[in-house]
Amino acid sequence: MPVDETLATYSDWLYRSALGVYLFAILLYAVEQAFARAPRKAEALVGAGAPVLVDAEPKRDVSKPERVGRMGAALTVLGALLHLASLVMRGLSAGRAPWGNMYEYMSLLCLAAVVTWIVLMAKFPIRRLGAFVLTPILVLLFLGGTVLYAESAPVQPALRSYWLVIHVSVISISSGVLLIPGVTSILYLLKDSKSDRFPKLPSADVLDRMSYRTTVLAFPLFTAGIICGAIWAEAAWGRFWGWDPKETVAFVSWVVYAAYLHARATAGWRGRGAAWINVVGFALNVFNLFFINLVTTGLHSYAGL
Amino acid sequence: MIAFLRNTWRGLTSMRTALTLLFLLALAAMPGALLPQLSLNAAKVDEYVAQHGWWGRFLLKLGFFEVYATPWFAAIYLLLFTSLVGCLLPRTWEYFKQMRAKPVLTPRNLSRMPHHAQAVLDVTPEVAVGRAKKALRGWRMDAGDDTVSAERGYLRETGNLVFHFALLGLLVSFALGKMFSYEGQVIVQANGGQFCNGGIFNYDSFRPGLRVDGTDLTPFCVEIGKFSAEYLENGQPVGYQADIRYQSGDDLAANTWRPYTLQVNHPLRTGGDRLYLLGHGYTPTFTVTFPNGEKRTQGIQWLPSDQRTLASEGATKFDPPGVTDSEQRRKNQIAVTGLLAPTPLLHGNILNSKFPALNNPMVAVDVYRGDLGVDDGRGQSIFSIDMKMVEQGRLQKVARKNLALGEEIALDDGTKVRFDSVSDWVSLQVSHDPTQGYVLAFAILIILGLGVSLTVKRRRVWVRATPRDDGRTLVEVGGLARTDQAGYGEEFTRLARAVLNEEKS
Repeated sequence: MPVDETLATYSDWLYRSALGVYLFAILLYAVEQAFARAPRKAEALVGAGAPVLVDAEPKRDVSKPERVGRMGAALTVLGALLHLASLVMRGLSAGRAPWGNMYEYMSLLCLAAVVTWIVLMAKFPIRRLGAFVLTPILVLLFLGGTVLYAESAPVQPALRSYWLVIHVSVISISSGVLLIPGVTSILYLLKDSKSDRFPKLPSADVLDRMSYRTTVLAFPLFTAGIICGAIWAEAAWGRFWGWDPKETVAFVSWVVYAAYLHARATAGWRGRGAAWINVVGFALNVFNLFFINLVTTGLHSYAGL
Repeated sequence: MIAFLRNTWRGLTSMRTALTLLFLLALAAMPGALLPQLSLNAAKVDEYVAQHGWWGRFLLKLGFFEVYATPWFAAIYLLLFTSLVGCLLPRTWEYFKQMRAKPVLTPRNLSRMPHHAQAVLDVTPEVAVGRAKKALRGWRMDAGDDTVSAERGYLRETGNLVFHFALLGLLVSFALGKMFSYEGQVIVQANGGQFCNGGIFNYDSFRPGLRVDGTDLTPFCVEIGKFSAEYLENGQPVGYQADIRYQSGDDLAANTWRPYTLQVNHPLRTGGDRLYLLGHGYTPTFTVTFPNGEKRTQGIQWLPSDQRTLASEGATKFDPPGVTDSEQRRKNQIAVTGLLAPTPLLHGNILNSKFPALNNPMVAVDVYRGDLGVDDGRGQSIFSIDMKMVEQGRLQKVARKNLALGEEIALDDGTKVRFDSVSDWVSLQVSHDPTQGYVLAFAILIILGLGVSLTVKRRRVWVRATPRDDGRTLVEVGGLARTDQAGYGEEFTRLARAVLNEEKS
């Protein structure tokens, strides 16, 4: 099928606009983080199973930095919409699911991360962390749009399968969701020290809960993604598991996230130990994304540039 | 002694050990992604070892190039396996005990629970308890006169156990699969060429499982009719397909052929085996006319040296006909080697390919004459000549020329080599894995178990109604989520409101 160049161009414009909007949102979040007061105790406990029968946060005047933060949140939603539109246009222009090369994969991954962040913002009083979360996403999007950029085009014979739609999207979305606990776990490690050097970060408890809940959401998804990949590999490569570098690293990060879930239920590993494991999982995901796709040669490398 | 065994067992089955083993497993699996592996690319391993001197040999000795077959990797996963079994057995026992047990009694001091609420109501304790029972419908309950204890979310443990047992099942099936599976690759000419799964020797390469000796492969035959490929303008392939016929099972005796279109992602599944289309390439056909007028025509596959343009290299080898004296024959063997360009691109005389499909293909050939060294008992590649023979002067280059279809080259002794035609070959893989269906079933159970155990929460609620001196009743509600508190707060708040009848407030 020929590529619709007009739609492909619109997609690229939307992608750049989304990046710009995210950048602006980061600036607004940063303003809030810098100028708002440290969260009060009660505020930090909301959503953390507070042992009280109180209504949600008492109404009070919204300070200026908070207003700026809200604008940041609104811009994040706008950016996500532009981002989504860019992916849809990509798909329409090439006449296939828009995750057939690394640029598109990265774009979907980041969209999943942003959407997760928006949902979390609605559930936890953590809006001002936006800058910390959106910055790595923006870096990934920037790399995706420059170094990894690929023209809209049809894909190779091996990728012509409905499993491309299922396997790649599930893996990409779960990796995107897993980006969030990676960041919140790093923040947890910063926050959870004896001296409260970072009074403006939410409480360690909230950060820990956020990490856990997002990981718990993404882990079954990631598992399903790997299994879908195995089913596809059985049809495309003649075996469901062959220790291809990508498969190996996916297996390793699966084991690491499994370790995270176990660590959280083990005395002595709860808290900092678990957070470190989550950070390792995050690092492995990044490694799998860049090093394995671009440096090593395996069956998955054709999904690269 | 018994104490030692018991302590070892306890240590091995503790969560801490399991965690350590999980880390070790992750760590031990990593070299497989970073270093070349024998099972994936043996040539790369040789290259790596050669380049890294003692370090390469050291790694080779420790099995770092076949990580997943080494004793140390096996040791880790077997220990983990044991630890898992040791952890699961008591948990299963505990699980069945709990399925029949009543929810635990209401603790004395409910205000100590992580979730707590209380109110003084204008009702009798019986009414308050009745209301609590109503609010807790669907929970497993144990109610007394003035207290209710309830628990819910037993499915969490069910899912947890299903997940872990399915994991065990998957590992066992995987291991059994490694015993009884086999995988073989073969190149077949796509002009009516046939392949039968009769024995190992029909394959170009064959990788058997530990318990496969190749004597009872599933019998089936395939015949490759026509291969076709579709490319984009820039040479990127869009689709490959081979029209094949096959027979297996009863069809073999009846000699019935069934048609199938073999494509990437669409293997042929027959008689428990799978047949895959892995790749393709070109077979140039040459005719050699010897000085005595006899002709020999041969087509043998050449190997694509550039996957993008399918420029291919190879060696087509000829024996002089009618020569019975082996000494004489070895002096006059002929090899046509060189480069095949499906769509030629000429820079002066240098031939290259610019597109993978056939458009007036050309070959740039070197013709060698002499002793090919095929009779000395050693195997040699079908894609190249033995360069040692050339170095020793026993094989000489006698001509070099670019040939278009139908063109020929004449040697000094009157021998002529003609480039006749080009046809396709396909590389096929046959895979046999009797346990992969079980692996899939366990994998699905893994997802289901995981989903259930991570979404369902095990939680408890207690209600106690205490009559007060003024005739009113103090109703207390306490809650505890047994695994993770996350998300229990909202539910508890809702329940407590229902029990304390606070909707109106």
